[in-house]
Amino acid sequence: MKSFSGKTLRWEWRESVIELTLDHEPANEIGTAMLAELEKFAAASTTLTPETSVCIIASARKSVFSAGADLRELYRGAAPLPEKERLAGIRNFLERIHAVLNAIDAAPFVTIAAVHGVCFGGGLELALACDIIIADKMARFAFPELRLGLIPGFGGIPRLKRDLGNAFVRDLLFTGRTVNATRAQAVGLVAQLAGEGEVLRIARTTAAQITKFDAVTRAAAKKFIKPVPHEELRREVDLFCELFARPAVLAALKKFVEDSGPMPYLP
Amino acid sequence: MRTLEQTTQEVLDLAAKHFQLPAGSLEPADDFFKKLGIDSLQTLEMLSRIENHFGIELPDYEVQGVSDFKTLAERIQSRL
Repeated sequence: MKSFSGKTLRWEWRESVIELTLDHEPANEIGTAMLAELEKFAAASTTLTPETSVCIIASARKSVFSAGADLRELYRGAAPLPEKERLAGIRNFLERIHAVLNAIDAAPFVTIAAVHGVCFGGGLELALACDIIIADKMARFAFPELRLGLIPGFGGIPRLKRDLGNAFVRDLLFTGRTVNATRAQAVGLVAQLAGEGEVLRIARTTAAQITKFDAVTRAAAKKFIKPVPHEELRREVDLFCELFARPAVLAALKKFVEDSGPMPYLP
Repeated sequence: MRTLEQTTQEVLDLAAKHFQLPAGSLEPADDFFKKLGIDSLQTLEMLSRIENHFGIELPDYEVQGVSDFKTLAERIQSRL
């Protein structure tokens, strides 16, 4: 499927480049609807692999790449369920999103996250699955999950550890603070900085350059330099589910859902 | 090294420009949430604007609960 337009995202293949655009109100939250369409994308991209050099993942929403997992949907879905069903549901969701992100991570073509605005939690985990993050200088990154009594659940810690120094990873996790694009580039999270409003143009220019290289060599180099940390990813799912079983997590989710303050991502 | 007054004025100018208000329309004691009616995404945009302008990092928890420009300028000053 060379093009698709769904409820939460769309993609289009053109001249060996796929552009996947997240477009889900209000802030590209990753819930069941976006997950289902990401699964469609993962399946379609496998079919398109022989004729694809690059995939750009970007957002059509103003001021946001993705705010992360859809916590409102998660809370509404989980709260009324008995513990056993709640845990089975969250594990199923995590295994599905891991399958999608592992497919993006290991895709034989090059993946670029073109990030502007907020890139938090699951949104950052989607970006981290990509090979190159290009960020608008107004972009902000955060892993605020610990405020909920959770760790990032879409592969965040294993993928951060793969790319960055542990000191920065701990700072990001243990404070829940947001970091700007300049800092993110300084620590190696972001590969290229773009001026305001220029990130997609720069991602397309970068994609055009990448297409000039031999596909077999490019795929071999990627496989060599960026192994998917499968074992740690599996352990992350187990730890997330273990933490999710505690009553404090539902209480924190409820607090978040009801928070209308300017910094709901901080405790 | 900027004085606190200079920092405060630069913050006021930045906010006025970012929210497209006339220069001089904001005061140090103004509650920016009430005066500008900003939401959480706009708060983060303003934080990026401030960090990029002053070349600093201003962790969110240091400005959590701050609602007026003067106190915000004091937090910025401590990072300069």
